[in-house]
Amino acid sequence: MHAHGVTVQFGDATVLQDVSLDLEAGCFLAIVGPNGSGKSTLVRVLLGLVQPLKGHAALFGEDAGAFPERIGYVPQLKTFDRTFPATALELVVTGLRRSWPGRISPAEHRAARAALGRVGAGDLERRPLARLSGGELQRAYLARALVREPDLVLLDEPATGVDYLAEHDLYSLLERYQEERVTGGRPATVVMVTHDLAVARFHADRVLVLNRRVMGFGPPSTVLDDDAVRAAFGHHRHDHSVAP
Amino acid sequence: MSDLVAALSLPFFQRAIAAGLLVALGSGLIGVFVVQRRLSFLGDGLAHAAFGGMGIGAFAIVTSGLLGSGMALLNNPIWIAVPFSAIVAVIIYLMRSRTDLSSDTAIGVAFAVSVALGVMFFSLIPPDTNLGLSLMDLLFGSILGVRRIDLTVMLVVVGLASVIMLATWGALAYATFDEELARSDGVKTGALELTLYVVAAVVVSVSAVVVGVILMAAYLVIPAATARLAARTLAQMTVLSVLFGGLATVAGLLLSFVLDVPSGATIVLVQAALFVPAALFARR
Repeated sequence: MHAHGVTVQFGDATVLQDVSLDLEAGCFLAIVGPNGSGKSTLVRVLLGLVQPLKGHAALFGEDAGAFPERIGYVPQLKTFDRTFPATALELVVTGLRRSWPGRISPAEHRAARAALGRVGAGDLERRPLARLSGGELQRAYLARALVREPDLVLLDEPATGVDYLAEHDLYSLLERYQEERVTGGRPATVVMVTHDLAVARFHADRVLVLNRRVMGFGPPSTVLDDDAVRAAFGHHRHDHSVAP
Repeated sequence: MSDLVAALSLPFFQRAIAAGLLVALGSGLIGVFVVQRRLSFLGDGLAHAAFGGMGIGAFAIVTSGLLGSGMALLNNPIWIAVPFSAIVAVIIYLMRSRTDLSSDTAIGVAFAVSVALGVMFFSLIPPDTNLGLSLMDLLFGSILGVRRIDLTVMLVVVGLASVIMLATWGALAYATFDEELARSDGVKTGALELTLYVVAAVVVSVSAVVVGVILMAAYLVIPAATARLAARTLAQMTVLSVLFGGLATVAGLLLSFVLDVPSGATIVLVQAALFVPAALFARR
């Protein structure tokens, strides 16, 4: 993953300014920053959904958006239509065919069922999405992302609206996926937007502290010190130490 | 019973059933997305755009001297109404996608301007002109008066529209479920939305002549809404939407024949008769 001088403006507002970073395959990157710091916008740049005003972003050596099939994206859960008549199985199959399934083939059924089982959601197969809890939905979306065996998993605030245990399971699943890929000789990268600095410290091996511009980038032990967090979040005094 | 058998053997009644089933097919396929995208007002807006186009078309035919020329295919304001409605659909799409206006506001503006244009151009036609269609037919439909040429036009237009809807169904459904997710997978959601609007405009234009401008929106919304209440998946909803529309058409036409009441209104009331129990017994 490579970004160089990425600047994004919406109207008069500069959302990202001169953001540059390089990330090698197999890393777990946490993107942290206050509300409105451009975290989700950076994810959308990496997906090719937002074109930068200046600079450029590349994945797998090509412009962002060139290889959607190599990315497993887990969006914020609020983006989908809850009235849409759909089952968890259908959602997972969209990860295989990149369109909504009218009829699911036996091969797709097997792959989607295996992906749901992998995230501990095998019992959700026939359940309507509208009746799933936040944690169950998150698992279904993760199964959808992993079913295509992506080289990059992009997650935008995946812990929003889920309880502690479900959140803990999510990180375990992501770490297990990365381990499996390393064993298979094809390391996978995880990039996750989060508000939780403790999660960034304990699960990521790289952290990007963002507040429209890069405030810090590197291993959590060097980036997540009180000074950097204070600078990014704009607090003169922070009530909670991020030290372990 | 013998009345119904006799009705079914009448050529004009057979044409009416064929036209109604074509409307049910086209609007059933489109209606699924209209309902799921909360665009129920779109049917009304586009039907009234067709009214505006018919007014302009009728005026053009009268002033160009085509009226009574014997060229039956050209002597029909539908040729203006279809492209006019398609242009209105593009304008609605552009207003929605390039401004902060919501869909219903954009549709509302187009709706009002189209009706005003229709009224304006119809008023410019001399009152004693025999256009072959009355204002009342246009507003309330004349399904029993469908001619062979009308049916041919509908068959071509609805057939083409159905092919487009089925070919784009998977991508449209994906974009309807979650636009950002679909875009992240390379789906051209903007082009799909524009296609939906234009296909809807074309189908609504040719169908509005049959079922009437005022009742057209019912065809687009009620069968799809009934199907939504009964279906667990979008594929089921699509099939049921077409089936409910077709069932209401045949039942409504037969009932209207037996009861000697207006066909369009009877079809819509049968659609409602299917919707009510579906709504009453629907699970949340």
